[in-house]
Amino acid sequence: MNTSLSWIKMYVPDLDCSAQEYCDAMTLSGTKVEGFTRLDRDLEKIVVGKIISLEKHPDSDHLVICQVDIGEKNVQIVTGAPNAVVGMLTPVVLPGGRVAGGHDGTLTEGGIKIHAGKLRGVDSDGMMCSIEELGSSREFYPEAPENGIYAFAENSGVKPGDDAVHALGLDDVNIEYEITSNRVDCYSVIGIAREAAATFDKKFVLPEVTPTGNSEDVNDYIQVEVEAPELCPRYTARVVKNIKLAPSPVWMQRRLAANGIRPINNVVDITNYVMEEYGQPMHAYDLDTISGHKIIVKRAQDGEKFTTLDGNEYTLDHTILTINDAEKAVGLAGIMGGENSMITDQVHTMLFEAACFDGTNIRLSSRKIGHQTDASRKFDKGLDPNNAMEAMNRACQLIEEFSAGEVVGGAIDIYPVKREESRVLFEPDKINSLLGTALSAKQMLDYLAKVELRYDEKTNEIVAPTFRQDIHRCCDIAEEVARFFGYNNIPTTLPRGEATTGKLSFKNRVEAKARDVAEYCGFSQGMCYSFESPKVFDRLLLPQDDVHRRAIQISNPLGEDFSVMRTTSVNGMLVSLSTNYNRRNKNVRLYELGNIYIPKSLPLTELPDERMQFTLGMYGEGDFYDMKGVAEEFLGQIGMHDRLEYDAEAGKPFLHPGRQANIIYDGKIIGFLGEVHPLVTRSYGIGERTYLAVLDFPEILPFATFDRKYHGIARFPAVSRDLSMVVPKNIQAADLEKVIRQGGGAILEELSLFDIYEGEQVKDGYKSMAYSLVFRSRERTLEEADINTAMNRILKGLSDMGIELRQ
Amino acid sequence: MSDGMKEKLDSIVFKTLEKMQNVKTTEALNEIRVSVLGKKGELKEVMKGMKDVAPEDRPKVGQMVNEARDRIESKLAEMRQRLDQEKMERQMEGEKIDVTLPARKADIGHRHPNTIALEEMERIFIGMGYEVVEGPEIEWDEYNFTKLNIPPNHPAKDEQDTFYINKDIVLRTQTSPVQARRMEQGKLPIRMISPGRVFRADEVDATHSPSFHQVEGLVVDKNITFADLKGTLEQFAREIFGPDTKTKFRPHHFPFTEPSAEMDVSCFKCGGKGCRFCKGEGWIEILGCGMVHPHVLEMCGIDPEEYTGFAFGVGLERIALLKYEIDDMRLLYENDIRFLKQF
Repeated sequence: MNTSLSWIKMYVPDLDCSAQEYCDAMTLSGTKVEGFTRLDRDLEKIVVGKIISLEKHPDSDHLVICQVDIGEKNVQIVTGAPNAVVGMLTPVVLPGGRVAGGHDGTLTEGGIKIHAGKLRGVDSDGMMCSIEELGSSREFYPEAPENGIYAFAENSGVKPGDDAVHALGLDDVNIEYEITSNRVDCYSVIGIAREAAATFDKKFVLPEVTPTGNSEDVNDYIQVEVEAPELCPRYTARVVKNIKLAPSPVWMQRRLAANGIRPINNVVDITNYVMEEYGQPMHAYDLDTISGHKIIVKRAQDGEKFTTLDGNEYTLDHTILTINDAEKAVGLAGIMGGENSMITDQVHTMLFEAACFDGTNIRLSSRKIGHQTDASRKFDKGLDPNNAMEAMNRACQLIEEFSAGEVVGGAIDIYPVKREESRVLFEPDKINSLLGTALSAKQMLDYLAKVELRYDEKTNEIVAPTFRQDIHRCCDIAEEVARFFGYNNIPTTLPRGEATTGKLSFKNRVEAKARDVAEYCGFSQGMCYSFESPKVFDRLLLPQDDVHRRAIQISNPLGEDFSVMRTTSVNGMLVSLSTNYNRRNKNVRLYELGNIYIPKSLPLTELPDERMQFTLGMYGEGDFYDMKGVAEEFLGQIGMHDRLEYDAEAGKPFLHPGRQANIIYDGKIIGFLGEVHPLVTRSYGIGERTYLAVLDFPEILPFATFDRKYHGIARFPAVSRDLSMVVPKNIQAADLEKVIRQGGGAILEELSLFDIYEGEQVKDGYKSMAYSLVFRSRERTLEEADINTAMNRILKGLSDMGIELRQ
Repeated sequence: MSDGMKEKLDSIVFKTLEKMQNVKTTEALNEIRVSVLGKKGELKEVMKGMKDVAPEDRPKVGQMVNEARDRIESKLAEMRQRLDQEKMERQMEGEKIDVTLPARKADIGHRHPNTIALEEMERIFIGMGYEVVEGPEIEWDEYNFTKLNIPPNHPAKDEQDTFYINKDIVLRTQTSPVQARRMEQGKLPIRMISPGRVFRADEVDATHSPSFHQVEGLVVDKNITFADLKGTLEQFAREIFGPDTKTKFRPHHFPFTEPSAEMDVSCFKCGGKGCRFCKGEGWIEILGCGMVHPHVLEMCGIDPEEYTGFAFGVGLERIALLKYEIDDMRLLYENDIRFLKQF
């Protein structure tokens, strides 16, 4: 919503403040100002001048030398304007002044400074201006010439030396507001002016609407039926005959221009003016095109076609409300009138409509046909039906005032259920205890009275006029009090009452540990979108029947690339690594904590399973075992180390078939890790071996614990033994270690691999592995015999597996 | 006889001490020790002369020899310590390093700026007794809208550019549904923040993202006032933007609060004078807030006559972008380590 400051001052005549003060105060009282533009920000030293003589320039075919009366003196100005004639009154910028832009309409930031100088050797003390040079255009000043300097009309009353910026109405400020959806009344100049008067504590003066109409009866011209009252609470209409289309008066043109509305002719300008002033859209039909002298407001037929006055054709259905005559539709209610009934230059009699339509229906209809208009944007907020007739009469008053036509007496008003004022019990104590203030009832009532919220002493109620559709309960009254008392005058306290414990959830604490471990291990935190393209499944080589392809689809996505909720965090990680690889970042390690979304059924009938994934990815330094180390470090930190296993048969198609494993804890798969399949790294454009680990939080949380117990520090000496073995290649370290641990029994304290080798010195099909074993008892010093017994058991177990000791 | 011995011993001691005084190495010191105290040393030679000493004099002479040895040994110890020290000093002198050479750092990863900002906010509110609560990102339309006083066909539903899965299920546009879920549990009083991911159908550009994060707060208790809301948020602003931060509250409208407000903080770059950062305003818009609408309380089974509450919502990215002066929101989701390493 925009208004010019001068228009506001029409209704708040005593308003006396700068544009900045106005904007600041309005924002603080609840009418938020987004910004303002001074129309004259780049105009300086511009007066009205009168050309008193004109002669040809001796050295130019197209320049003329003018003597111009600027009030206190005459100046000489050379101009190329083809329309310059003696006697013309025109804006003149004096030396040292500024204009807003060039004559072709391009604006210059900060304006263009004008100096005294010579044009082809002849002195020129200033410049006569076109409307474009003054920062406006013929759109808003249709009387301005297409090519040449602006000429004031002879009857405009300006004289040489007058302030030309003021005379053109350019000494104004255009203010842009952000109106919230609860304040429909503020989508009008009057509504904002009412707020301005209350904010600055000044008198609010509504326009005085006088009775209009001749002795005829409107009912002789038109009958109106509303067949769909649920979508049209009120319909008012009047008739104007003997229409004389002409430009509207300059003051109205200027006011519309300052609001950014292009003046067209008296009738159009009046409807636009009243729409801005009252917030009530109006429509004018050429009555001679309305057949049967009848208007019927009803729902469209399914499949009905209709052409609006801008020439677009729409297909309608029964949810869309139309205005019809006896034979055909003539308008889309609240959106736009029809081509078949529009006002043309030949119009003789017109039907004026000011109605109130259901806001939701207008919003849904305009969205359905894909056409929003200034009118529909007003209607879809849900207008006050009590405003319609007032606006209608205001328009007719202007018609008469401008002699634009003859208003027929009487008015059609179909308004079956009158909207009543709302009433809210006045509870000053409750208001004070909600706000934390100590205002008196009188203070509160004074604030409320400023915005026409009346106090009914008999019932102890606040009565809200129907234009205030947002006043229903005590808290709404409290807000009105707070606004005018000033939000910033309300004291500041902290909540008292029962103490509460501030805390993070257990899941959040485990997440924090994941972040810590990942970062200690050199991984930086990334964040990925939750939605991605369904094409990622192919990229990850997932078979057609893979369960991950059962993803939740967004019904209105931003595009295919963001259309499914991710079922795996792998793609996000690979995309991030790929971005880094493309930007030549070396040794990249990233982690992410984010959800995947697993539907319980498709289509979705209940909320899906949202599973937090701790995803690690890296390329550059480090391999599978480094990644495994990070995973184990994390699991160790959350108390999960004693029941950890790995299963190489993880079956992940996007991982290297020989370098992947499920991570298993207490028999449950809690995640996986591996090297990314070379086909996949290639398709993501990563030119290095890439490793991933994904840990599934819902599986981890039941095992995670921050409980710790002290086990004491060993007091008896340890004995070390090394085992160097030749092991068949197909035997996994985990199986071999299991045998060693079984054989070692309780006294085997530590077992660690210190060498593994395959190659020349080892026979084909075998690998050499060397472990260091540490034996220790918690109760006593071990004897040689204890160690030997354990070692013998170990060797027996190993040899049963076909493992030989290395010679 | 003993006089002759004494002279002899004195002379050995004197000579030895003098020699030791000029010794430069432990090896040379050792040689002296051997030559005097060793098996064939001078002192041993003297001892050999004991047989010529009268028996009654022997204890005295013995004592003299011991004294001489003590003197020499104590000097030896002193010299050894001095030489050790000199040697260490020489060694350290040679070990001098260039302390300005580059440090060798552990390659530690970096936290995402969103998380840093979130952890800071969590720290502030946990300190004030708030519990951190999470909820589903894919949410019932009813929780995302209806229970927050946004009935079907309310214009606010359009304003939020919602992603729909179907007519009943949406990607949540705010984390307020978590508050509704928490209120429904009926455990009062409530002091909570609900951080999390939210979604709105905005195309990606420097200031928009279809997915971002909010931190919403809720307090429900007896006698909670708008003044409490102001006090709480003022304290939050000072904690997060610095102790000199000023706040300004402007009326606004949100369906689930009444009265509602927006809070601005004084520009932490220029202190409120107006700069490029705050677009000359001196103030920066930070969050929306208000007193929980009684109808919202009612829908969640809380009696608004007995309880009141306040709620607020902050965009996490907005805080992160402002606080760390990040000029393009897209950087937050690209995961370029050159960006992440700066945090």
